[in-house]
Order: sequence, then structure tokens, then C-alpha cells
Amino acid sequence: MKKNLLAMTILAGGMMLSGQAFAAEKTLVYCSEGSPEGFDASLFTSGTTFDAAANTMFDGLVNFKIGTTEVVPGIAESWSMSDDGLELTFNLRSGVKFHSTDYFTPTRDLNADDVIFSFTRQMDEDNVFYKHNNGAWLYFGYMDMANLIKDIKRVDDMTVTFVLDHPEAPIVSNMAMAFAGIQSAEYAAQVEASGNLDDMNQKPIGTGPFKFVNYQKDAVIRYAANADYFGGKPNIDNLVFSITTDASVRFQKMKAGECHVMPYPAPAELDMIKATDGITLLQSEGLNVGYLAYNTEKENFKDVKVRKALNHAINKQAIKDVVFSGYATIAVNPIPPTMWSYSTTTKDDEYDVEKAKALLAEAGLADGFKTNIWAMPVQRPYNPDAKKMAELIQADWAKIGVEAEIITFEWGEYLKRSKAGEHDTVLLGWTGDNGDPDNFLRVLLGKVSAEQGGNRARWADPAFEAELQAALLTTDAAERTAHYQKAQEIFKAAAPWATIAHSIVFMPVSDKVTGYLVDPLGGHWFSNVDMN
Amino acid sequence: MLRFILHRLAILIPTFFGITLAAFTFIHLIPGDPIEVMAGERGVSPEKYAELMHAFGLDQPLWKQYLDYVWQLLHGDLGVSFVTKQPVLDEFFKLFPATVELSLIALIFAIVIGIPAGIIAAVKRGSIFDHSLMTLSLTGFSMPLFWWALLLIVTFSGTLGWTPVSGRISALYYFDNVTGFLLIDSWLSGQPGAFKSAVSHLILPTIALGTIPLATFARQTRSAMLETLNEDFIKTARAKGLSPVRVTVVHAFRNALIPIITVIGLSVGVLLGGAILTETIFSWPGIGKWMVDSIFRRDYAVVQGGLILIATMVIIVNLTVDVLYGLIDPRIRRKGH
Repeated sequence: MKKNLLAMTILAGGMMLSGQAFAAEKTLVYCSEGSPEGFDASLFTSGTTFDAAANTMFDGLVNFKIGTTEVVPGIAESWSMSDDGLELTFNLRSGVKFHSTDYFTPTRDLNADDVIFSFTRQMDEDNVFYKHNNGAWLYFGYMDMANLIKDIKRVDDMTVTFVLDHPEAPIVSNMAMAFAGIQSAEYAAQVEASGNLDDMNQKPIGTGPFKFVNYQKDAVIRYAANADYFGGKPNIDNLVFSITTDASVRFQKMKAGECHVMPYPAPAELDMIKATDGITLLQSEGLNVGYLAYNTEKENFKDVKVRKALNHAINKQAIKDVVFSGYATIAVNPIPPTMWSYSTTTKDDEYDVEKAKALLAEAGLADGFKTNIWAMPVQRPYNPDAKKMAELIQADWAKIGVEAEIITFEWGEYLKRSKAGEHDTVLLGWTGDNGDPDNFLRVLLGKVSAEQGGNRARWADPAFEAELQAALLTTDAAERTAHYQKAQEIFKAAAPWATIAHSIVFMPVSDKVTGYLVDPLGGHWFSNVDMN
Repeated sequence: MLRFILHRLAILIPTFFGITLAAFTFIHLIPGDPIEVMAGERGVSPEKYAELMHAFGLDQPLWKQYLDYVWQLLHGDLGVSFVTKQPVLDEFFKLFPATVELSLIALIFAIVIGIPAGIIAAVKRGSIFDHSLMTLSLTGFSMPLFWWALLLIVTFSGTLGWTPVSGRISALYYFDNVTGFLLIDSWLSGQPGAFKSAVSHLILPTIALGTIPLATFARQTRSAMLETLNEDFIKTARAKGLSPVRVTVVHAFRNALIPIITVIGLSVGVLLGGAILTETIFSWPGIGKWMVDSIFRRDYAVVQGGLILIATMVIIVNLTVDVLYGLIDPRIRRKGH
């Protein structure tokens, strides 16, 4: 017994030395909504993981300016596109340091090798990390990077050129996304030598404003400010993600002062949060769209008059009030108003039951018809309650004689079946990845997407597609804007969707925190915040 | 006694195979697959989909996937999580201490309050205490856990500010895990306030999780005690002039123990089930929350492995209870059931 006591005492003493209290320094606690899947953002697709990995610890060649979708220099100081749009060259910033931690000490500053490694591991099937992860670099695939990048050339130590297969203007914005964060080739070599290839995903090394301290699974992630950050040391000393999955509990933690910032408040609690002392409810229009897609391959929806009639029959104001509790903007175009090239001249199909009836009669369907509305089983930022939304649309359509059955499936199954075109009409939506209109228009309404099923309207309009393709060929913003505005007009006239709403993003932030900016792309960033 | 235990252990083998089959079947009955769920709205190209299904072995016929899985299990390998790419067993043992700590404290809480309350109610049958206790326990038993937990948080943390809202310890404390049990680790860490913080974080989840077992124990103890108190040997004991406390505790309670222990044993399953909800609400990083997340992500390896491990734990507890019966009541042991 005495021996045990002695051992305990020694152990306790040792723990005292190895442990560290955060209390004296500026520590910001962020009540995050879930556990990250890992810390190598290129392998995953959820915003939760991006927050915990890319947005805190990594930089891209370029970054998004926090709170905007504007692309600003990151690891690269400057970049240029060749005249034919086929060579994109980045000039790297000198003196950028990778994190020094207890598991890695860099011996050199960042250079072209790191950039090349970060991309080749996602595209070269012989790369040991490609193989180890079964090639599951999902976002690299979503953005079609493998078909876009033909080669990556090391011009010199600090210059890298991406040789492209075809011109595609948004590639620069893609480079600011989470999957394109720059990893250390030197660390990768160390990891490879150790044989524990998963360390890249479990013990991250980046160049970002915070470095990894530790992760207690499903509970807490700890970061420390990176004093060597090229953008300057962050104002806060420590950043803690306290994982709290329930929205109401997150709010209670905010109220009790246990955390300083929380994402995704429960819509029903917004008024209560607003009224709480010490908490400010920040808000910004989200870069998203919720829509109802008509399957234009189905007989009843081939005629644009039918689609227009159904659009006129939907009371979107009621949907905004009931489903979004008023916190949304009614959608006119397939891209949100905060995005550049948004068309202000297109006119929405106003709520007009008589007009809807007339159009339906013109289409030879005066007696209406039977159809279905697919409603998502999950809550998404662009649609907090798809079931309710479907019920409202169902009631609206009943007024013009269209009898709709509401159908739902489990989420994975829902996506799979709607991708296969089994639906008549389907509720879905999108949150932007890179702030480029191409990331909405081509992904959701493009020709290739219609063939592969991502375009749920299965609508492939040659004139629309021509505008999208033309906009890819130039980096001139004004020229691209003109193409996208024309595309929005074509879309609106053809009505492959009923555009429903763009939701508003809310962030409850403690009054102790200053400088927090709401990210339109849905990320959460802490390098620029301070605490008083 | 040894024969009795061996007999019980032999029954475990078919049970164990039944569990693997059930775990495997249930998760595959849920529509959707991990790749689709991972891809979300963005979708994944048919080639990539096929490549990933192959990499995870999901393109094989189900019977082959099952046999491969059992073969793997027999070699002590529970597989690797599709999502985090970590071995299932490692993840389980990282999170299990949190669940055990909470369940154990909740069980102790339920026993320490439930059993004495049940005894008193039985002894004072028909009194106000008895009636109030039975009403309260019915309420406790019927209360939806989710609602009860949120009510506790809103009242004691939100409004009164007496207890922390969620988590296992304040985010300000940071020390290495020695045992995984925070009550012990926080004390070992020597950091001022750490142990207190760990204790205060346990209060609400313990009450939330312990309420249903507490109500069950109280009711069960009361009815078991009422039955024994009417037995002839109790009358004899009283007639011998033994003190009422001695009659109640030594004679009546000992004989009422079998049904009570049965309920306690069964409640381990209830506690682990309740832990899923409790852990989700209180952001308690245990296996309940881990399983829920994995079901949503269709992380087959984790759900199957987790179910098997949890079921194994429940089996071990039930076995222990069976052995305890034998110790308490020699009749059971001799009959060899």
C-alpha cells in the first residue's frame, strides 16, 4: 500500500510537470458541432473537418480573404496565367515555416517540392500516400482536378507551374479550397520512413496560424498559436474546439461562458440568443441555394409551360416565413445575390395561381396531373425542413389541380436515386465551395452533370452550356460576368428549377471576442480574432 | 461452481456468433452506403465509386463479406474505420473508459438511492413516503431521457449556473490520460481544480442516466421486500425479538436480493443504451456517441465492431450476475442451471 502511495505521488508530480494549464493566456473556446474525420482535409468533405484542419492549420497557394470569397495571396505571393490559359504559374513566398512540434522539426523553409507533393499525392496513382488512402481524394475529384492538371513543373525552388489540359478560369479559386492545403514534403518523407502513413492524417503539420497540440477523440481539439506564421502570430494564444453536437446545448454553453463562439444555432432559439446579454448574433447571407428541380426527362416536365406554371403556383413567401422563420432571401437565380455576376435583371416567376392555371391549360393539362415531390430526410443549411417545404408546395400545387405525393428516402439512398433520375421533382440545394459562379452553374446545371446525374433537372441546354464554356476560357472578370448573366437569363426562361431560397447564416459570438467575421463559404476562422 | 461457470461460458459461443450475424445484418439492412454518404450532394464519379467500393471490400457478395469478417474477428481483428482509418479496437478503448466511468457512477447513484428508498417504502407501506416514492419513480421511469437531460441542463446550468453544461472537464485543463478515467486522471494531474471540475461535469449526466435505473431499483426493491416481509421466517425472526433493523436488513433484504440483482444486471444493458442519448446530449466522448455518429456515416466496421464489443461487455456482466446468483442462493448452483 505504501509503495502504491509513493508511486502515485511520484506519478502525480510528473503529471504536474507535463500538464499545462491554459488559464493565464488568451484562450478561445469554440463549441464545434462535431468530430473531425481526421486532420488531412484533402481526404474529407465535411465542413467540420475543414474547420478543424484546413482553416486552422493550413494555407493554400492562395487563400480566401476571411469573411469574403475574394482570393488573396497565401503561400504564393503572386500568380499569373499564360495567354492561352494553359499554364498557371505561382511564385512562392520566401521564409514560410512549417510547424515545429514534438513530432516534427522542419530543417528547411517551404519550397516548390512541398507544393508538388501536395498535389501529386492526390493524382499520381503510384504515390505511396495515394495508394495508402485508396485514392479517396474526394474533393480533388469533385473539382475535376485530375482531368484539369496535366503536369506540375518545378521551375525553380520558389516557382511552380501547373500545366492545364484545357483553360479553366476558376482553378485559381480552387487552390484556396481545403483540399489544396500545402503539406510538408519533408514531413511526408519522415512519416513514410516511419511506416505509420496515417500520421499525416492524425498528427498534422501545416504552415497555418495555429499548430496542433492534441485531440481527445470526440471531446476536445487543442491548438497553439503559431508564432512563426507568415501572416503574423494570431492574437489569441490557444484555440480549443470543444465538440458539442447538440445545438441547444451549444447555446447553453455559450450562456454559461464555457465557449466563446458557436456555429449552427437552432432556428427556434434565434430570438432567445438575440436577447441574451453578452452574446452578439452575427449574421450573413449564406453562399447557398435551395431549389426544387423538375426532372425534364419525364413526360409532364418536358414542356417549359408546365414548369413555369408550377413555379407560378408556389408561394415562396410562405415558405420563407414558415420553413426559414423569415431568415432567408427568396431565390430568383441559381446563384446567391452575394456572388459576383449575380443577375439583377432576371425576373422571378411571381406567385399567381390564375396565371399558373392558364399556363397549364395552354400545355394541355387543364385538369392537372399526378406527380411526386421528393423531400430530403436531413436538415441542410439551404433547407432546414424539407418535409415541411414539400407539404407547402404540395398544398400550393393542389390549387391548380396538380396532385403531388411526397416521397422521402434515407439520405444516401435519396442522393443515389435522385442522381439516377427516379424522381419527378426533387428538393435539394448547394453550398458554394470557392465563390466562383462556375461552382454553382456548371456543377448543378451543366451538360456533363446532366449526364452524370448531379444535374437533378437532367436539363442540358446548348445555349446555356455555351455561355458556361465561354466563361471558362477567360480570366477577365467583366467578360465572365457577361457570360454568367446571360446564362442566368437562359436558365430563368427555361425554368428547370423552382428556385426557392438562400438561407442566412448565424453565428452567436461572445462579447469578449472581437474581430470575428462570418464566412460566406461556411467555414470558421480564428486567425484574426482577439479577446478582451 | 466451476462446472456451473463452464456451462455458462459454453453458451457464450453460439451467442457470440448470433451477435456477429445480427450486427452484420442490421447495418447492411440500412439503405445507403458509406461512399454515397461521404460524397453528399457533390456525388462521386461512377469510376471512383467502383474503385472505393472495391477498396473497402464492399463490392463482394454479402455472404462473402460476412465470412471474411468472421474470419478476421477470429484473428482478433475488428477492422479499420472507413472514415477515420483508425483500428476499431483502438478507437473503442480510447472512448470506452468515458462510458464506463459515467455508467458506473450512474449505477452507483441509482443503487445508493434506489435500494434504501425501496426498503423504506416497503417497511412503511401505505405511508406518504411510500406513495410519493412510487409516484416519483413512475415519473422517473416514464420520462423521455432526451427531454429530461435538456431540462436538467437548462435549469441547473443555464438558469442557476450551478453545474457545467457539457463535456467531461473544463477545456482549460489539459493533462495526459493515464487510466482514461477522468476522476482518477484529474486527481493524478495535480492541477488545482481539475478534480473538482471533473466531478462537477459528472453530476448532470449521472442524474440523467441514473434516473430510470433508480426508479426501477426502487420499485423492484419495494416489491421484493414486501414479498419477503410477509414470509413466515420473518415473523419467526420478529417473534425471536430481533431488532426491526436486523430483521429488515439481514433477514428480509438478503432474501429479496435475487430479484434486485437481476434488475441491476439487466440495467447494465439499459445504461449502455441510455448512454447513447446521454452522451450525445452532454457531449460525453464515449462509445454511445461514437456509435451514433458511425451509424449516420455508414461506417460499417465501427458499427459492427462496436456492437460486438458492447454485446460482449453485456454478456460478461450477465455472466457475473449468474455467478452471483449461485453465490447468494446455493439452490441455483446445485441445480446446475
